[in-house]
Amino acid sequence: MKSLRFLVPLAIFLGLVVFLGAGLKLDPKEVPSPLIGKPAPAFALTRLDNVGQTIRREDLLGKVWMLNVWASWCVACREEHPLLVEFARKKLLPVYGLNYKDERSAGLRWLANFGNPYDASLFDQDGRVGIDWGVYGVPETFIIDREGVIRFKQIGPITPDVMRTQIEPLVRKLNG
Amino acid sequence: MIPEIGHFLLWLALGGSLVLGVVPLAGATWGRADWMAVARPITYALFALVAAAFACLVASFVRHDFSVLYVASNSNTALPLQYRIAGVWGGHEGSLLLWVQMLCVWMVAVARFSRHLPQAVLARILSVMGLVCVGFLLFMLITSNPFDRLFPAPADGRDLNPLLQDPGMVTHPPMLYMGYVGFSVAFAFAIAALIGGNLDATWARWTRPWTTIAWMFLTLGIAMGSSWAYYELGWGGWWFWDPVENASLMPWLLGTALIHSLAVTEKRNSFKSWTVLLAILAFSFSLLGTFLVRSGVLSSVHAFATDPRRGLFILAFLTVVVGSSFALYAWRAPTVGLGARFALLSKETALLANNVLFLVAAGAVLQGTLYPLFLDALGLGKISVGPPYFDSVFLPLMVPTVFLMGIGPMARWKEVELPALALRLRWAAGAAVLASLLTGWLAGEIRPVATLGLMMAYWIFTTVATDLWERIRPNGMGLSIAAQRVRQIPRALAGMMVAHLGVGVFCFGVVMVKAYEVERDVQMNVGDSTTVNGYTFTFRGVKELQGPNYQAVQGQMEVARADKKLTDLHPEKRVYRVQQNPMTEADIDAGVTRDLYVSLGEPVESGAWIVRVYVKPFINWIWGGCLLMALGGLLAVSDRRYRRKQGVQTP
Amino acid sequence: MAKWIVGLCLAVWAISAFAGEAAPAASDPVLEARMMRISSELRCLVCQNQTIADSHAGLAVDLRQQVREMLQKGQSEQQILDYMTARYGDFVLYRPPFKATTALLWVGPGVMVVAGLVILFVVLRRRSRMPQDQFDPDAPEAAQDPHLT
Repeated sequence: MKSLRFLVPLAIFLGLVVFLGAGLKLDPKEVPSPLIGKPAPAFALTRLDNVGQTIRREDLLGKVWMLNVWASWCVACREEHPLLVEFARKKLLPVYGLNYKDERSAGLRWLANFGNPYDASLFDQDGRVGIDWGVYGVPETFIIDREGVIRFKQIGPITPDVMRTQIEPLVRKLNG
Repeated sequence: MIPEIGHFLLWLALGGSLVLGVVPLAGATWGRADWMAVARPITYALFALVAAAFACLVASFVRHDFSVLYVASNSNTALPLQYRIAGVWGGHEGSLLLWVQMLCVWMVAVARFSRHLPQAVLARILSVMGLVCVGFLLFMLITSNPFDRLFPAPADGRDLNPLLQDPGMVTHPPMLYMGYVGFSVAFAFAIAALIGGNLDATWARWTRPWTTIAWMFLTLGIAMGSSWAYYELGWGGWWFWDPVENASLMPWLLGTALIHSLAVTEKRNSFKSWTVLLAILAFSFSLLGTFLVRSGVLSSVHAFATDPRRGLFILAFLTVVVGSSFALYAWRAPTVGLGARFALLSKETALLANNVLFLVAAGAVLQGTLYPLFLDALGLGKISVGPPYFDSVFLPLMVPTVFLMGIGPMARWKEVELPALALRLRWAAGAAVLASLLTGWLAGEIRPVATLGLMMAYWIFTTVATDLWERIRPNGMGLSIAAQRVRQIPRALAGMMVAHLGVGVFCFGVVMVKAYEVERDVQMNVGDSTTVNGYTFTFRGVKELQGPNYQAVQGQMEVARADKKLTDLHPEKRVYRVQQNPMTEADIDAGVTRDLYVSLGEPVESGAWIVRVYVKPFINWIWGGCLLMALGGLLAVSDRRYRRKQGVQTP
Repeated sequence: MAKWIVGLCLAVWAISAFAGEAAPAASDPVLEARMMRISSELRCLVCQNQTIADSHAGLAVDLRQQVREMLQKGQSEQQILDYMTARYGDFVLYRPPFKATTALLWVGPGVMVVAGLVILFVVLRRRSRMPQDQFDPDAPEAAQDPHLT
């Protein structure tokens, strides 16, 4: 019928509205990581507290572990830090820190002030390892499985909700 | 007290706009003259109420009333007066009030300049605009009240974003909103015609000047925004295909299509349902833009502080307004007649092809802007669509459009013979090709894409010249007769020629800058100099200075040409005291044929400074072209046929 | 006296010799220009509305350095873009790659233009074949009015 084509603008518009409505629930600024399901990028970094000792990716194979990217200049890191300290006490899995673009003394002082949940902190002064891991804003947290594959990334501070509903169940599953 | 009065005035305005939205419309439906007569007075009253509320907000800013949350978020005791006033529209709530204010201005204009309209038509138009007003006032009062209080009131405000503390802030948003909001008039005319069933050439004649004026404001508003970004942002960019920029470009593209479509409808009474659809679309894109900027679905430098609840409200409003308009269109448009007949090859066809191209351009921009959202909503990942995409998609679309611009005005209504037309245009085509090659050669290098772009610009110049030539000397008569004929060209035609010339000037500026601009990044010690395109820039060091609300380091750059001093440029790096963000202020020596643009980078340990120097050829032709376009619009609306004494009133 | 004047001239000459042609900010301007061009294709993830060429953010500076080093090692533009995509996903590219999910995006405008013009042609040709009585008669004053362009 001739009159049906006059309904086309309305139909297209309503379709558009559906997408715009769906868009209201999304966050356009969040960048999902392409590394999930891929092997963790290689690294060889010195410990924050011991310049003489180097930790490599290979050293951490065979166990499920967490990497938390932090810095002494990062304000939002202070939000999640108490949660991390408490989480580390549960000893569910080793927690390693990546001290991103920081000064050794400032980083150590920050840990002394706010608590140290990390088995060790890796010192990434120029941020190269951060780039390899796709870090763009601190804090960020990764969970890596026994085979060295990244399984989860949290962008921004970890909230109790995320800890309870996503991190802890995943860790339990990966641990078997 | 003043904020409370302002708030109360907005509630009164809501009531007024509700009455305006319902009563005259009902009156037009049932033939009640007394109800229809209510439209004008209520419109004037509504304007007074909104203007008074606006004045209350301005007063709160000027008086540093930080107990008003909006003022505290956008102002500061050290903020100079003009930016306190401009700060009224610096944030979401205040800019909404500006939107409503502009809508009332247009409504008053329609009420005032509508003696020639039948009462029922005017009643419907004002009612439709009143209903739009209801939506925005409700939105403000429910989710975005500019008069919300903040207790305890802080001692000082958070300051207006330093990027906005600029003369551009005083002019760009009001101009832009006059344009965006102005398309509501064409929209209201369209809805009124669909309801009343009076869609004809007369309707097109009434609608055209309103559309042209709104289009003029939008052209100027966009040009101002672009020019402001150019001198403010410090690296000489002037268009970024940012979602908010696109949100203003899309109504502009549709508005341009609408102007041309109205020409067909007015002259030949043809394609009425298409023109009406375009009128609805242009304003729909304005509303869509409002949604995109304030809902948080897209990330942009311009986006206001967002809140999904506000986004939901605007989306609902958008759905109701646009959805019901399209539904009305689907119901009433099939009954509209075909109008006069025209051949496949004719001026009408050229204008409609123009419409198709502009519509596709708007569609392409919309698709690019929304595609990341589309994929994300479907769970198909996150992508970015930026300038490389838009440039590669938009520019090729403009090539046939500009080509048509040369042909359309020369084609005859109803029917045109292609060979005859081609013959008339052969000089124009040849001259355009030659001129573009010559320009490339003079500029130092002939580049293929640039040459194509120049051909487009020159094609416009030569075809306008050909058109003018044909009109003033069709039989090769003497010069004095020719001069007389120039004066006799109706303003509407002159307006078209000037506006088209403006497009050519714009294209020329864009091509020359993109193809031949030179940038140089140098490290300069005091006394060092660098030469670009014959201009020598000598660095004389920096000096510290204090602004009203900032601290700055100012570079001293001497510019000379052929050993003769031209001017001094003073680029700055400022730190605004309150928000503590650093800002780079470039300094520009503007000229007709080039801009010399200097920007201060970072200091180096040795005491030298990194400096960026640009020579940008013909960049001011970009905004000059926009100015010409707007001037063309002005000429067109001042045409005598709109000022003829109206004796005839069609029922 | 003469010695004094000569000394003065030497001093002035020496000072002006230091103020010379400004050195380019980068050690290799050609490479730098390539780096900036590639950087203008990449989105800054911190501020998100600038390219890493324009952004002052820390990550942008780091990534520009990364691009510079990769160019110095002789890597191609595609390798650099692949490097960034491997770490940040397609989001970091301002020019969306052509794949199944973006086919509609890239092909869309071309399809729209062709479809639009074809539809226009078909509709107009159909109209030009319709009998005269379907149309309104030509309004004579409108047809002659020179004010109507």
